[in-house]
Amino acid sequence: MRLKELESYLQDVETFEEPKVLLEQYPTSPHIAAHMLYTMQTQYSAVEGKLVADLGCGCGVLCAGAAMLGAGACVGFDIDEDALSMCQSNCTDLELDNIHLVQADVTHLHTCPGRWHKAFDTVIMNPPFGTKKNWGIDMIFLRTALDMATESVYSLHKTSTRQHIKKKAKEWNVSMEVIAELRFDLPAMYKFHKHKSVDIEVDFIRFSFPSK
Amino acid sequence: MHRATTTGERLYFRVAKNVGCMLLSFRTTMRLLTHNMLTSHVKGVTNGYPLKLQAENIKVMSVDFNPEFVARMIPKLEWQALVQAAESIGHLGDLPRELMPEYESNEEFLKMAHHVLMEVEVIEGNLECPETGRKFPIKNGIPNMLLNEDEV
Repeated sequence: MRLKELESYLQDVETFEEPKVLLEQYPTSPHIAAHMLYTMQTQYSAVEGKLVADLGCGCGVLCAGAAMLGAGACVGFDIDEDALSMCQSNCTDLELDNIHLVQADVTHLHTCPGRWHKAFDTVIMNPPFGTKKNWGIDMIFLRTALDMATESVYSLHKTSTRQHIKKKAKEWNVSMEVIAELRFDLPAMYKFHKHKSVDIEVDFIRFSFPSK
Repeated sequence: MHRATTTGERLYFRVAKNVGCMLLSFRTTMRLLTHNMLTSHVKGVTNGYPLKLQAENIKVMSVDFNPEFVARMIPKLEWQALVQAAESIGHLGDLPRELMPEYESNEEFLKMAHHVLMEVEVIEGNLECPETGRKFPIKNGIPNMLLNEDEV
């Protein structure tokens, strides 16, 4: 599938009607999602035939894209029932049948991963950035993703946190590579946003494990 | 349907919203692959696995068979938990209770495993913690594993 096609199919994914501030529910744009998944597949063969997890899947744009690129199965986790039902209806509309959803608190998976530990080949996510009341949640998502993946983790993080992430990656003995620097044009979705839209700089990062 | 398969590539066609209701067979429902990985994490539980599956509404769907993928998944599974779960909902079929040697190259076996893992959907039901009996509900095919504050 070509990049343009993927992006065009992902345009059909509907997003939150009323995003929840506390959960930092901002959707990954079809443009960014398509580029992420296309790069993961063409550069790193991390999607086709893989078992993929999407942490904080929201409306499911990354799940949908992974399924379109031939993931063996994609398991989407989210805490929010409304997001999951939106994700379900999106996947139904797109005729995607290998997406499995679980309602769970990703920050709890961290303390007791159980059978999820190293269950997935690839983990992909657009985690909450950890602003306002959620300080540090981005790193909990990342730690959890690294526990669940055997091959690689692909994630979005604010560029301003890059040094901190580098330090943590070293501490956790994982390699990290900034694949792309993006600009998120967040529309003023929340009442506390004073301007029409806010531009933030975001890194698309690949984490992998050093070969033994 | 609105889908064509060319050499290894799947083409997706846009489906008009007004026919969406006809496509209920395409769902993001719980399959036994997911069940095999779910554990009860209620506070104090030492052995929250496997969860007892109680299904009130089951459907069988058709999912593209990918033999390499299934063969790669099998070593990651708890086979006994899969057999028990499939049997408890009456969908074990001819799936062997024990893994046979060289299953990776046994297409017939992989097809059966694919069916049990990926095609049997549990739409409504419960997952029961083997230790505490706490029930995690499955609604619209989505298991709800959220814990209450006093269970964390």
